[in-house]
Amino acid sequence: MMRLLRSAYVIGRRDFSATVLSKAFLFFLLGPVFPLLLGGILGGITANVTSKAEQPVVAIVSSPTEFSRLASAREGLVDAMGESAVVRLVHYAPDRDSRAQQRSLLASRRPPFRAVLTGGLAQPHLTGAVGPEDPISAQMNLILADARAQEPQSMSLALTKTASDRGSEAQDREQTGQIGQMLLFFLTVLLSGMVMSQLIEEKSNKIIEVIAAAMPIDALFIGKLFAMLAASILGIVVWIGAGALLIQMMSHGGLRTLPAPAIGWPGFLALGVVYFAMNYLLLGAVFLTIGAQASTVREVQTLSMPVTFAQVVLLGFAITANASPNSTEAIAAAVFPLSSPLVMLGRAALEPDWWPHLAAIAWQTLWVTLILRVGARMFRKTVLKSGPRGKWWRRTAKASSILEPLS
Amino acid sequence: MLRQAADKVMTGGLAVEAIDLVKDFGATRAVDGVSLAVPAGSIYGLLGPNGAGKTTILRILLGIIDPSSGTRYVLGHRQPLDAAPEIGYLPEERGLYPAMQAREAIAFMGALRGVPLGEGRRRADELLRQHGLGEWAKQPIRTLSKGMAQTVQLLGSIVHRPRLIVLDEPFAGLDAINQGRLEELIRREARAGATIIFSTHVIAHAERLCERVAIIASGKVVFDGSVAEARGRLRPIVRLSTRETDGPWRNAIPSSARREGDEWVFELPEGGPEPLLKALIDGQAGIETLAIERPGLHDAFVAIAGNKAAAAMAEEKPQ
Repeated sequence: MMRLLRSAYVIGRRDFSATVLSKAFLFFLLGPVFPLLLGGILGGITANVTSKAEQPVVAIVSSPTEFSRLASAREGLVDAMGESAVVRLVHYAPDRDSRAQQRSLLASRRPPFRAVLTGGLAQPHLTGAVGPEDPISAQMNLILADARAQEPQSMSLALTKTASDRGSEAQDREQTGQIGQMLLFFLTVLLSGMVMSQLIEEKSNKIIEVIAAAMPIDALFIGKLFAMLAASILGIVVWIGAGALLIQMMSHGGLRTLPAPAIGWPGFLALGVVYFAMNYLLLGAVFLTIGAQASTVREVQTLSMPVTFAQVVLLGFAITANASPNSTEAIAAAVFPLSSPLVMLGRAALEPDWWPHLAAIAWQTLWVTLILRVGARMFRKTVLKSGPRGKWWRRTAKASSILEPLS
Repeated sequence: MLRQAADKVMTGGLAVEAIDLVKDFGATRAVDGVSLAVPAGSIYGLLGPNGAGKTTILRILLGIIDPSSGTRYVLGHRQPLDAAPEIGYLPEERGLYPAMQAREAIAFMGALRGVPLGEGRRRADELLRQHGLGEWAKQPIRTLSKGMAQTVQLLGSIVHRPRLIVLDEPFAGLDAINQGRLEELIRREARAGATIIFSTHVIAHAERLCERVAIIASGKVVFDGSVAEARGRLRPIVRLSTRETDGPWRNAIPSSARREGDEWVFELPEGGPEPLLKALIDGQAGIETLAIERPGLHDAFVAIAGNKAAAAMAEEKPQ
């Protein structure tokens, strides 16, 4: 084991210094400017689409009769504006402790309520993170007005604005998670091409023969992967530093204006680094394996497109999981090793528990090891043309028969 | 513990022992039942035309590839990579990182074999100085001539002072001066106690350097022994020219004799030169010239490997 690590260190040190001390590394540092701009534009569009697609929900604490009048008034608004554009109403019978009931409803996750209406039609009172100009208040005013249309006395909706509610908090955290996932995605997209072409240099320079004669191929793979990880982390430190400075300069209130993740900022950032490393190592190990099969730069370029698309699919898988972190789909995406880091980072923004992260990191580490072992074995078998003849079961049978007399 | 003991087998004064190695690439059998025994401290040549399987045999011995079947022991280890720190290797297809400085390239190759980087740099400077490349130590490989780069790679394969040095076609691409230097380096390393195995398709190098040779043809070892033993397989060659074209002296010439210009060329008969000479004089041949030539390794190669392999060797340009 020590020899493997020592050999990997020799390769890693060479690759790291060859990468970082080259002029091309400066261009590498400038690389993310372009996809980040694109990401910003796409993120804006996505946020717009998301906000349109999400239907706010208001809890109605009232008698069944009053709720049915509110519901029929809402139907009138739906006829005019369409179902998805109108606030959804969910009925609750009043509890004895109305304040406790209000708090409990605002803290609800399923559904995440934006506001709670109490006081019935006579003295309606809306509580939640909504202001007088908010579309939710405006729609509730219209619904109440319609519901009370047959009553002579005028009505006005009293409003209590709270700091936040579960509904808006969940949305904000989901946004934080998505930003983290997008960042992870772009970083991996940027770096995967580099990993894929890592062995081309050795193969075209024929140094691979010298290395393969001196150390196990596993050590070569590990060394290359970690060298690129180290170079990437160096790049990321520069990018994050520059990015944080930019956000600080451009937003009112700077970084504090970003929605806080459920696990807290220090934990989220630490997990961000760990999940980047795991995402890089997992995908990097796969790309290194695929790239190792290529003999020329052209072949690597040809392989790059399907690999990039595969990453987009993984991102989509991970973002789907954000909507409900405990659904079967989300758990499946967290268990599938190649999407696991992305999903778990999103989860860190939404859920405060630590134990799933510890389990996920152990799981991902196991898969990095497995993929590297398989990759090294494939390289020996297909590129170096190594290995015994015949099918594995025949060899196993033969080996057993040889070993028998010794035992 | 038991496995370690089983893996490290003492092979009685042999640096390398291969037993019945077979290597198939798909339907092609590149190595076919090769067995070799390389004595420790010897210079051992693998001789054969291109495509004979020399490189594949070396790659198996080094552990770069595993054989389809068969066993090999390298410096007492069943797994050659376990002996890697004690092995130096110059592959047939040379390769270095073009942007690396010469001394860094040598130190890197030393580091691959377990030499700390600082010590590797110190030894690299020393080796480069010894081989007249001291001024090029800090130059990138891409600025070096092909011969210089080849020397750098060779120095990289000995920087860790290995007990076994494996050189695959080491003379290929070198000019006559550098070939001479390389021969001297091989002799010097052998004198220092290293075992050297090198492959070549140029018989002259093997003849000058090797104590033992294995002649490889079509993936098989057709001869394994000393150069003297290889030559001993052939009888000396007689070249004779006479004034008389016919007469009783013709009975002294074997039926297998052939004409080459004005000369008769044939193997010296069993009885040796004296009975032959007597028969020629008594038979009034009128001897003009008579030469008895000791056969070279090339003749032995032709006799052992066959005309086809010899023709393949002849077609390849000696470097």
